[in-house]
Order: sequence, then C-alpha cells, then structure tokens
Amino acid sequence: MRRALPILAVLAALLIAIALVNPHFLEPAGFLAFLKRAAPLVILAAGQYFVIVSGEFDLSVGSLVTAEVVIAARLIDGDESATWPVLALLVVTGLLVGLVNGVVTTRLRVPSFIVTLGMLLILSGAVFLWTGGAPRGALSDGFRVFGRGGLGPVPWSVLILLVLGATAILLMRADFGRTLMAVGDNERAAALSGVRVHRVKIFAFMLSGLAAAVAAILLGGFAGVSAQVGQGLEFSAITAVVLGGVALGGGRGSVPAAMAGAVTLEALFTLLNLYGISGALEFTVQGVIIIAAVSAAAVRLPRKSTPRTGDAHAAS
Amino acid sequence: MDLLTRARGPARGGLAAHLREPTQVLFLALLGLVAAGWVLVALDGGQFLTLESVVGIQQRSAALGIVAVGQTLVILAGSLDLSVAYLISLASLVAAEIMAGQDGNIGPAVAAVLAVSALVGLVNGLVITRLQVHAFIATLGVALIIRGALDHLYDGPAGRVPESFQVLGYSRIGPVPVSALLWAGVAVLAWLLLSRTRLGYRIYAVGGDEEVARLSGIRTGRVVVLAHVLCSVCAGVAGLLLAARLGAGAPTVGTDGGYDLESIAAVVLGGTALAGGKGGVAGTVGGVLLLAVLDSIFNQLEVNSFVKDVVRGVVIVVAVAVYARRTRGRRA
Amino acid sequence: MPRPKAAIAVLAALVIAGCTTDKPATTQSAAPATSSQDSGTGAQSEFFVQADFDAQLAMRSKTPQGPADKPWEQAIDPEMIDTSRYKKDGPYHLCFSNAAVDNPWRQVGWKTMQAEVGLHEEIGKFTALDAEGKDDKQISDIAELQAKECDALIVSPNTTATLTPAVTAACAKVPVIVFDRGVETDCPVTFIKPIGGYAFGADAAEFLTEKVPAGGKVLALRILPGVDVLETRWSAAKAVFDDSRLQVVGVEFTDGDAAKTKSIVSDYIQRHGTIDGVWMDAGATAVAAIEAFEDAGLPVPPINGEDQQDFLQKWKDAGLTAVAPTYPTYQWRTPIIAALRILRGEEVPGEWNLPQPKVTSENLQTYLKPDMPPLHYALCGCEDLPGFPEDWGGKKG
Repeated sequence: MRRALPILAVLAALLIAIALVNPHFLEPAGFLAFLKRAAPLVILAAGQYFVIVSGEFDLSVGSLVTAEVVIAARLIDGDESATWPVLALLVVTGLLVGLVNGVVTTRLRVPSFIVTLGMLLILSGAVFLWTGGAPRGALSDGFRVFGRGGLGPVPWSVLILLVLGATAILLMRADFGRTLMAVGDNERAAALSGVRVHRVKIFAFMLSGLAAAVAAILLGGFAGVSAQVGQGLEFSAITAVVLGGVALGGGRGSVPAAMAGAVTLEALFTLLNLYGISGALEFTVQGVIIIAAVSAAAVRLPRKSTPRTGDAHAAS
Repeated sequence: MDLLTRARGPARGGLAAHLREPTQVLFLALLGLVAAGWVLVALDGGQFLTLESVVGIQQRSAALGIVAVGQTLVILAGSLDLSVAYLISLASLVAAEIMAGQDGNIGPAVAAVLAVSALVGLVNGLVITRLQVHAFIATLGVALIIRGALDHLYDGPAGRVPESFQVLGYSRIGPVPVSALLWAGVAVLAWLLLSRTRLGYRIYAVGGDEEVARLSGIRTGRVVVLAHVLCSVCAGVAGLLLAARLGAGAPTVGTDGGYDLESIAAVVLGGTALAGGKGGVAGTVGGVLLLAVLDSIFNQLEVNSFVKDVVRGVVIVVAVAVYARRTRGRRA
Repeated sequence: MPRPKAAIAVLAALVIAGCTTDKPATTQSAAPATSSQDSGTGAQSEFFVQADFDAQLAMRSKTPQGPADKPWEQAIDPEMIDTSRYKKDGPYHLCFSNAAVDNPWRQVGWKTMQAEVGLHEEIGKFTALDAEGKDDKQISDIAELQAKECDALIVSPNTTATLTPAVTAACAKVPVIVFDRGVETDCPVTFIKPIGGYAFGADAAEFLTEKVPAGGKVLALRILPGVDVLETRWSAAKAVFDDSRLQVVGVEFTDGDAAKTKSIVSDYIQRHGTIDGVWMDAGATAVAAIEAFEDAGLPVPPINGEDQQDFLQKWKDAGLTAVAPTYPTYQWRTPIIAALRILRGEEVPGEWNLPQPKVTSENLQTYLKPDMPPLHYALCGCEDLPGFPEDWGGKKG
C-alpha cells in the first residue's frame, strides 16, 4: 500500500483544486457526476491491472471498446427488445477477445505487446469492414440507461463501478490474486512451484476484455454511438495503472491503487478543463505529470531490476 | 500470411534447415508475396511491377523505413520509443519554418532538426535511465509533451520548403527515388554501427541482459541514452523527408502515418525480439518492404483500408508466432 | 583496370540519363491574415480571407443556375470554361484519389459517388484509391494513378497545402477535377464545392444572434484545429459573434467525440449555471451536446447541427430551436458529371459553386427520413439512385 501513497496525495490535491474552482463539486450531485464520468476509465484500468501485474500489456482495449459500441448499435438498431441479448453478446465478445489475446500470448509465445497490437488492427478493421466504414444503427434507450440514467440520484455507472471494483479487490485477495502476482513477479519460479502460468495469464486477459465490454456499455450509454469512442483508451488505461504505482513488467502494485490512478487521471482532465487550459497545452501538462509521478514512485523505492516489455518471454 | 506459414514448414532437413534466421524466412516470404501479388494483380487485369508501382513502394516505405531503423536500435537495447510520430511532425514543422522557402536556409534547417530530435532523444533516454521510468511511459509522456506543444503552436500546415529541397522527396535516379537512397544510407550506417562498432556490440549486450552487461563493465545507462538519441535523429530525418514530400511542415503528418506503432510492428516483423538483444537492421528493412508490398498489392486491387488493417494485424502476429516457434524449436 | 572505370561511366550515364523529377515547378501563395479585436472568441484564424468571406456570404442569396430538382448539377455564378481540348471518345477510364472514408460524411458521399458512376455506361472503368487520411500516401496514390492511363483524375485532397505539388504534377498529364477541399493552384479544370465554410459558420452564428437574447452566453464547439474547411466555419462565426452582443464563453475542441462533447458541455453548464446558445462547426456530436442539457434537467438552448438524421429526429421530437446549415454530400455526384462533360468537350464552370441549403424548422419535415440510419446525411441527393435506400443503410419505407 505504500506504493499507493503518492498517488493518493496527488489525487487529494487535485480534488481540492477542483473544489476551489467549482464548489458544486463538493455536493453529492457534483461528485457523483464526476465519478460517473470516471467510471469507464476506472473499470478499464482495473482490467488492465490484471494484465499488467501478470507481466503483460493489453493494447487492444481501445479498439475493443469502439468495436463493442459499433456492434451494439448495428445489432440493436433502435429495437428495445434486442437490448438484453446484445448486452450478453457484448460481454461474451469481450471475454472471447481476451481469450484469444491470452492464448496467442501464452501458447504461441508472441509478446503481448504485439498480440494486442495485432488485435487492435484486426478489431478496428473488421468492425468497420462490417459496417462499411462508419457506425450504423442506433442504441436503444434500455441500453443507454446504464451510462446515462441512475437509481435515484446515484448513476448506474457508479453502482456498476462499485460492484466491479469490489469484485476486483476480492479477486486479488483470493488464490487467483496471489498466483497472478507470483506469475508477474517471477514466471519461472511460479511455474516450478506448480502454478499453471498460462491459465492464470489467459484469465487475466479475459478480465481485461470483460472490463472493456463493460466500459463500452457505459460509454455507449453515456454519449451514444461514435466511431471515436475508444480512441486512445488503451494508453489512458495503461497510464492510469502506472500512475497508481503498478510496475510495468508485473508483480507489483494493487488494484485499488490502479483504480485510484484512473480517478486521478480523470480528475486531472477535469481540472485542466476547469482552469481553461483547453486542448493544446493539456497534453503537455499531462505528459509532464505522468513522467513526474512515475519517476517519483520509482525513486522512492529500492530498485529492483527494471522489468521490460516481453521479459517473461526472454526468460522462458 | 499463408506464405509465411508455408515458408516455415516443419523444421527438418532440406530448405527448412537453412531457414534458421527470421531474416531469411522474412525475405523468402517477401519474394513469395511479390510473386503472389504479381499473379493476383494479373488476374485482376493489371500489371504489378510497373515503374510507377515500384517507385510507389519505395516512396511509401522510405519514411517508415528510416523511423523503423531507429526504432530497431532502441528495441535492440531493450527499450522502445512511442514518441517518434509526434517528433516527426515536429521535425517537419521545424524544417519548413526555418527554410521558409529560401534555398539558403536549408543548411540551418537541417541542423536545427537534427539538434531538436537529438535533444528529444536525450530527454527520452535520461528519463528512462536516470528517473527509472519504464520506456513505454517515458516516451508516451514525451510524446504527449510534444503533442501539446504542436497543438498550441500550430493549427495547420506551416512553413515552406524550397524547390531545391523538395528534390529529396520527388526526384529519382532511374527507378530509385532519392528518398529510398536516403533510407538505404541510414540502414547501412545503422548496420555498420551494430556490426562493426563497440557501441553496436554494447547495444546487443544491454538488450540481451542488462545485469550481465553492467557486471561486465558496460555503462548501460549511457548505451540506452545513445540508442534513444540515434532513434530520435532517425525520426528527425524522416520528418525532413516528409517535409520535402509535402512542401510544408504538417502537425499531423507523423500521427496520420501511425509511425509509432507501425515502426514497432515493422521491427518485430523483421524478427527483432521486442525484449531486446536479438535481431538487426536487415530484418527491419525486410519488414518495412513486406508491409509496403502488401500495401501496394492492396492498392492495385483497390482493397478497402479496413481489410488492410485486418490482414496487417494477422500478418504481424503470425510472423512473430512463427519466429517464436522457430527459436524454441532450435533450443529444444 | 578498365572494368571499374567502365562501370563507373555506365553508372554515371545511368544517373544522368535516369535522373528525373516527378515534381514540376510550383508557386504557393500564403493566406493573408487579418487582425481583429478580442471578444471571447480569441484571435482570428490565419485561414481567414475577408474577400472569400464576403463572396460566400453574398452567394447565399443568389439563385443558382441549372435544374432545380438536381442541386448537384446547379452552379452559382458560373464562369464557364472551354474544355474542347480534352474531348475524346469513350468508353472512359475515370480515376479517383480519395482522402479517406473514415467518417459518416465521407461514407455517404463515397456511396453516392459509386452509385453515380453506375448510372453512366460510358464509364468503362473506375479506379479509386483510398489514402486513409495520410497526405504522404495520397501523394503516392496520385502519382500511381497517372500511370494507369486515366482519362480524367478526380481528387478529394486530404490537406490543401500539402497536396498542391502532387495535383500540379497530375495537371500536366490529365484533366484534373478537385472537390471538397481545394488546392493552392488553379491548374485543375474545375474545383467543385458547395458555397463553403464561411457560409456554413455564418448561417449558424446568425441564427444564434437572432434567437439568443443580447448578452447571452454562447459556447462554441469545434472538432479540431487546422482543417481549412472547418477553420473557415469558425472564422466566419467569429466575425458574426464579434459584431453581435453575444458573449462567447468558450471555444472548445471536441475531436468529434460524442463523450468528450457531452462532458465539455456539462462542465460549462456547471460552471456558468446555464448556457444560452451552442454553436457547432459540425453536426456529428450535436445530439451529445443536446443530451448534456437534458441530463442536467435544463431546457435546450438554441443550437445548430447539421443535416444528419439523428439531429433532425431529436430536433423534431424535442421541439428544439435549431438550424442545420449543410455541407451537402450530393457534391460527390458532381465530379463524375463534370468529368464526363469535360471528356465530351462540353463547357464546365471553372469554380463550380454548388448551392448549400440549410435545414430550418419550416423545411425540417422534408429532410427528416426516419427510415435512414441515424448518421445518414439528408442532403445526399441519392434518393433517385439505384440501390437506394439499402446501400446507404436505410430501410425501404
């Protein structure tokens, strides 16, 4: 948990700064609106966390989100009765994409960076091939309620976030979490002590695919169909996880910290927007903060040999 | 990718025994692809290897090729660089703005581009080695910083490249464009660096096993920084080339071309291990050419761009799976 | 040693003989910049050209020439030019270098163009290359198409400035038709476009100055900077707002992303209590902006969108105070028609200004087509084409 301390401090500072400009932020409604907006990224970060802590990357989540929204719009096409079957299909698709990512990474020994980069190309190509280049159809109101509506004053997306977040924390406390951590820390040692490394990693990828499916349902619900909905989300999710003090290369970091990283990133966007540092310099500030936060975390801790992309494969 | 699978074959006897190195597999696949392209385009009623399409393949691959050569250096050293796309845009703008249409300004402009890109590489390298930030995050952060600066300063193409400099983008000697010669030059230099110099040897050593390299007395941090500087300079050169092609600097030319992920894809397609320490420039050149020939075939057949993405994705994953399998087979 | 010498001589001869450049001399003109006072709208865009602005605003009230039921064949103030030197016999091979098909507008347009090609038997072959939004690829594409013995080349440039050299090179070999975005040379036989971005931006801004009370807060949403057809829209709106008594509280970039648009509008509502008018440079995310007001429980202020079905539907359902200037997709039909006229040696306008209607609450019903997909553009001019509506994703009514 010590690793999570810097990010919590940064998060607190950002939240205070937002509240100073926008007092409405401190009211329940204002804060819930913020959480609602942050929910998809936080869920994606939780999914990405499982993959990263096992020593891998998932670059395909952004285009998976786009693909899911486009698929949903085309299949539902405004038809209310199609909502639930399509929701189920989206979840299955997410799990399936994760399964393929995981199997190719583990069984065919292709570095996950490449597997998921290929998946990114395949998904974005295939889905637009199917719809002829631009999204078609429309989402039903029943579908959109998850991203748009709420249970009384509490948005559905916040409730979904709480449930999934709690599940993620429980998963990491269960046997699965311990073996996942062990695999990310030292794959060979884990294998020697009887862990079924491949199975654990495949499961991590499937969780990431599932998170992307849920994020797609929330984002599509929030703002409707758009071809750009998932653009850049893979980098945001990875950034969020790393901001939370999770080490790329695996074996270290906690799921609450990763989710806090995502909330921090979203708070940063909100703050920059509120202070009117619009568009342009926003990215520069973001870049500086990410590097600063990560280097601060790295310098505070005793150095472990820096794990790198695909190390797991070099070792196998 | 069918071809790649066939070229791999079962690893016993005959031709397959000679195909140990990914590079050989790759160039065989490239030949096969050219042949297949010839047949497909002929069936479609066209001609594949016309002067224009050969020139087109080279023109299209030159910029990516130069970036990919740089990317090879950092990947061999066990790092990677996601900032090249924005750096290319920045370089094209610096070049076109300083040239401002004047022949006399070409020298200073080129010097400025090289200096700026070397500086970016230095920052990348120092953030990775001194601040101990993972290369993925470090170069992504630097990319965001450059992006913010570009968005802040420019809202469209700017500057002007004089006619004499546009020669770099348009002229050719017979069927070989000047840009391809530039690419060949960069590739040969990188090959010499890797195979004939101490720095090259150290890049492999650091990428292979940083701890062992350190223990054997290599100043690993310095090697990684140098690799990043060289990679960024390559991106700067690609930016110069694109400025010559476009006649101006453009803030989106790097990202539109997807040079960040595409250069990484070309490098691994060329058989260089993403973890570092294994591979080389020859493979990267082959990887870039393979992507360009694929592009050219699709262009001739007027295949839509979405099919292209799917095929590219599959080709990249399958190629790396084939290499991984061969490596394992050899060890067993 | 004679052999190396001979080899060098041969090589040198090859170099000299084979040294060719594919690029002819060009001259480029810089766009003059005008200064203006600040009124919450920021500095005027460097793309702004006062003369073009005045010309486009004047064109809006002129009556176009040509058949009224086929706006894609109409032209405003045409200056006809002679094309007899391009006259030849069919069948023709038409070539098209497309910037991209990466958004619904281009998607609808591309479908429409293909259907138009299908109408003409005299087109023996139609070759189209997609540049996927990459300037560099489009330059190569144009060079490659010149080798295919095209009788005419149609170009939809990805970027104005950077495609100019490539188009200039093509002009020397084949009649060139440019549409949508322009190039900085007048070598193409004709340049086809609707009236233009200034008219679009001004139409929307004038509507807001009329409907929003003086002193009202207006939020301007733009997709991204640097695209000339979008810069002109904003710069015209800026000119109108600077002359008005409205207060522009923000100019934001949405990247054309619905979620980002909705978030930005929600933030502004929170910060300012309310927003009295929304100006948009493109309609793709108009519905997301409207939803931000709905979700905040506020009435939707006067807003502009574009001729996309989802916006028109929302407009009708919610009874909005709205206007939809257009950038009609029927302009994708015109290049094919122009190419055939040129090859038949008939006169065409040198600058082909197509009419650019706007959707208002009076004619909304005409353009609202519930059987078409939500992202379909109403002014496709495709209703009479074979394959309509299925090929455009619609259902038979």
